[in-house]
Amino acid sequence: MKLMTCPINGPRAISEFICGGELRAPPDPQAADDALWADYVFNRDSLPGVKQEWWCHTPSGVWFIAERDTATDTIGRTYLYPPAMPA
Amino acid sequence: MSRLPHINGERIDRSRTVEFSFEGRRCQGFHGDTISSALAAGGVRILGRSFKYHRPRGLLSAANHDVNALVQVRRADRSVPNVRADVVPVESGWDISAVNTRGGLAADRLAVLNHLAPFLPVGFYYKAFHSKRWFPRWERMFRRLSGLGSVDLHAQRQATAKRYDFCDVLVLGAGPSGLAAAVAAAQQGASVLLVDENPAAGGSGWYARGAQDHGAEQTSALIALALAQPRLRVMLNTYAAGYYADHWVALVANDSMVKVRARTLIIAQGAYEQPAVFRGNDLPGVMLASAAQRLLYHQAVLSARRIAVLTANSEGYAAALDALAHGVELAAVLDLRAAPAPAARSRVACDELARRGVPLHFGVQPIQATAQSNGELGRFQYQAAGNAGARQQLELDGLWMSVGFAPANALLHQAGARLSYERSVEQFVPAQLPRGVYACGKVNGVYGLAQRIEDGRDAGAAAAGLLGFGEARERTPAAPADECPTHPYPIFAHPKGKEFVDFDEDLQIRDIENACQEGFDSSELLKRFSTIGMGPSQGKHSQMNALRILSRIRGEPIERLGTTTARPMFHPVPLSHLAGRGFTPERRTALDAEHEALGAVWMPAGNWRRPEYYRIAGKSREQAIADEIGAVRTRVGLIDVGTLGKIELHGPDAAEFLERVYTARFANLKVGMTRYALMLDEAGVVLDDGVVGRLGAESFYFTTTTGNSATLFREFGRLATWWRLSVGLVNLTGHYAALNLAGPASRAVLREHTGLDLEDAAFPYLGLREATVAGAPCRILRVGFVGELGYEIHLPAEQGLGLWRALLGAGALFGIQPFGVEAQRMLRLEKGHLIVGQDTDGLTNALEIDAPWALKMDKPFFVGQRSLRILQRQPRRQLLVGFSLPPEAAQRPKECHLVLDDGQIAGRVTSVGYSPTLARCIGLALVSPKVAAGKRLRIRIERGEEIDAELTRPPFYDPAGERQRLPGPA
Repeated sequence: MKLMTCPINGPRAISEFICGGELRAPPDPQAADDALWADYVFNRDSLPGVKQEWWCHTPSGVWFIAERDTATDTIGRTYLYPPAMPA
Repeated sequence: MSRLPHINGERIDRSRTVEFSFEGRRCQGFHGDTISSALAAGGVRILGRSFKYHRPRGLLSAANHDVNALVQVRRADRSVPNVRADVVPVESGWDISAVNTRGGLAADRLAVLNHLAPFLPVGFYYKAFHSKRWFPRWERMFRRLSGLGSVDLHAQRQATAKRYDFCDVLVLGAGPSGLAAAVAAAQQGASVLLVDENPAAGGSGWYARGAQDHGAEQTSALIALALAQPRLRVMLNTYAAGYYADHWVALVANDSMVKVRARTLIIAQGAYEQPAVFRGNDLPGVMLASAAQRLLYHQAVLSARRIAVLTANSEGYAAALDALAHGVELAAVLDLRAAPAPAARSRVACDELARRGVPLHFGVQPIQATAQSNGELGRFQYQAAGNAGARQQLELDGLWMSVGFAPANALLHQAGARLSYERSVEQFVPAQLPRGVYACGKVNGVYGLAQRIEDGRDAGAAAAGLLGFGEARERTPAAPADECPTHPYPIFAHPKGKEFVDFDEDLQIRDIENACQEGFDSSELLKRFSTIGMGPSQGKHSQMNALRILSRIRGEPIERLGTTTARPMFHPVPLSHLAGRGFTPERRTALDAEHEALGAVWMPAGNWRRPEYYRIAGKSREQAIADEIGAVRTRVGLIDVGTLGKIELHGPDAAEFLERVYTARFANLKVGMTRYALMLDEAGVVLDDGVVGRLGAESFYFTTTTGNSATLFREFGRLATWWRLSVGLVNLTGHYAALNLAGPASRAVLREHTGLDLEDAAFPYLGLREATVAGAPCRILRVGFVGELGYEIHLPAEQGLGLWRALLGAGALFGIQPFGVEAQRMLRLEKGHLIVGQDTDGLTNALEIDAPWALKMDKPFFVGQRSLRILQRQPRRQLLVGFSLPPEAAQRPKECHLVLDDGQIAGRVTSVGYSPTLARCIGLALVSPKVAAGKRLRIRIERGEEIDAELTRPPFYDPAGERQRLPGPA
């Protein structure tokens, strides 16, 4: 079983987490045309590579962002949202 | 054939005799004997019949892949199938028999299949089952003929524990290299778990002696050193069944499974000795040299009187010396190689054998082994170099094979190691290992005791070093081998066949050739078509030889063929270790026991159990439910709605959060009031509904449906994070009980227990009040889900039962009745209220459910709003409509019955039932807009019959909604 590092609770078994899908910025609902909006709602970028994903540590309810390489299924950085601004 | 006097290191306890029976014969052994070794000591050499041809078979490996020595063990308490006789210690009182024989092992009538072999070609199953006509006949026949042991259907259920463990360094295999690795890592300060499938550590260091003691002494010194390490634990009788991501390894012991999380992993699982392939190589008496050595040094049993050693490596010479040292008559040492190996230890062995007068032949080509009249090995024929090709023949009762090894690298494969074929040792070795995974010893291509110990020590130091125990450093490559331990092609075809490549599945050389000829000539296809390596030993003794044959046929080197994918489980794991308790707990409300006492009939709702209705003696289910409905409509009823999701929301952005999550407006919701809340997804599809009440300027209390509460609470957390709103969410679902008191007399009942002013002016419809009821602090929501005057009362779970009893007590005078989910479903259906997930599905959007009043499209934003704007401009795909049947209708539709339009499917019934209040059948259906615009619904019911229903706009009952607003007659 894989391990994932919760930014609050530390490394835990992957069975304690659920994935909330990719972190995506929605287009402005007022400005976007129908095609752009439908693309946002229905299409997902399935190209393998490093994705930013929502993950939740379910026992504690902590939501955070994990950088995961979907080609190799390796988990990189994990951090709380919004990411801290570089100093 | 006989038991020797005491041997240093033997595992048997001669003071404890074990008595058992085999195939009806009384047998004896000692405590510490395996079934096979006890039988061998008593001269029993035929242990089972082969799977396909029912040929007599004996001991092969004594290393847990003797699949022809699977036995059925009848014990006092139960009968256990497929026990591995070669490794399982025998116990007193066992009644043992061979599996899958007809009429016993000695006179197995199915042995006739041996002569039918030409009619049972490779891929026979595929070919036989190809014809549909003959399929049932073949199936019946195969089911009778094939299979192994028989399952005892009356066996007691056994609890197999699952445990979790952690360590810095996990070492798999406690042979010399594994022991050295474990000690080195522990000495550097790492916590080490050392695992071995055998009942004792030491591996081949213990039994591959070559008639000398220093190897065993070195091994036992290593074991002592390991046991002295405070940070090192040893688990014996335990095998690693599978590797999973991030060094998570499943260890299987006799009665438990241990899931270990290791920080680094050292694989020191050694190598399986491989058989030579020649005609008759399966006769009882032909065995791996290591098997003979195991019997000799573990149980002090000699497996034969007069043997030859068929070899191609120094391990075979060592076995020959072991045989000599213990009084076995050694007829010859037959070396497949053209000349003795240049390595020093082989030369020493050659000299010793010559001194003892043992004939030594090189360039040997086996021709065949033949049986005596009893089916056991009697004779071995071969050709040797330098003899003008003349056949030679030896009279024997034992032939020890030592022609090569295949690395036990299944877990390396599973861990993601890249392996390459190394010519100097004729085996696959790890070429690239994942971070934190190490290999040492034979699996790493290192042979020779001293070299293996050094390799192990190096791996242990590197594994600990990676974790910061001692110095971080790279692995030192092992010194190149001075002798190849494995023959490149120990395979000798015979015109009459019966040279067995796979003993599990009775596959011969020609089976592999035929499979290739039919086009199944890649390792994966060959495996599937021929079933090679698919038996219980999982190719441990057959995969490499099959690959060598395939390589010859294809004319391509082995490294280009690739091996088949190794997946967990690496060794058959009893189902009892995998099956077991479910981990989906059933949730029960605070009032569960009370419902039970009241005669509740249970039904599942989400992961809760809820009363469907309350049983009444002498009344049918339908009558009981109709009574409950009647009580709510005419008097008063009480239902436990504690399964609803119950959430508190606080913070400066609380109203803004609700505005975005739900379709209705909440910024203008007054404190002390509630509002219906509908939640959509981004596509505008209905996700959930509930009621939101405002407790204060910045705090709300709201409900979700039973089934969605956990998921939604989590999603609320994500949305709040994403939107960066300053809110706090508290999940009170399990903390709060909730009761719905409904019916014209509900106000009178409630008044008995609270001082709160319940008059309309003080507590209007859709109001929310906090008050004490029957001594408990409650939140009271005046809502009308069932369409009568009603109060939903939420309170701390531990006080729920007190209130339930108090309300039933006060209600007795008014004819109160508890009601269940079925009655509630009908009550809400009479009101036309939909249930999300029943009257909607994963595609039903908010425009299709006839609730325009719930959608505030003029708000700046809510989830799903933008998609609804697009959908508004498009024609509807389906609409939720109500229908009713005439009171006299005898036939009723059921949920999911189809709605037809011109014979085509135009929708389905989502809710339906007989309303005792309206004395007719009513329902909801999702139908095409064309059907919705009509007057009638055509519904196909059971047995293809069709009935007509009238489209009726809900609510069916009290369309003006007066009953839930106005006080009842009481």
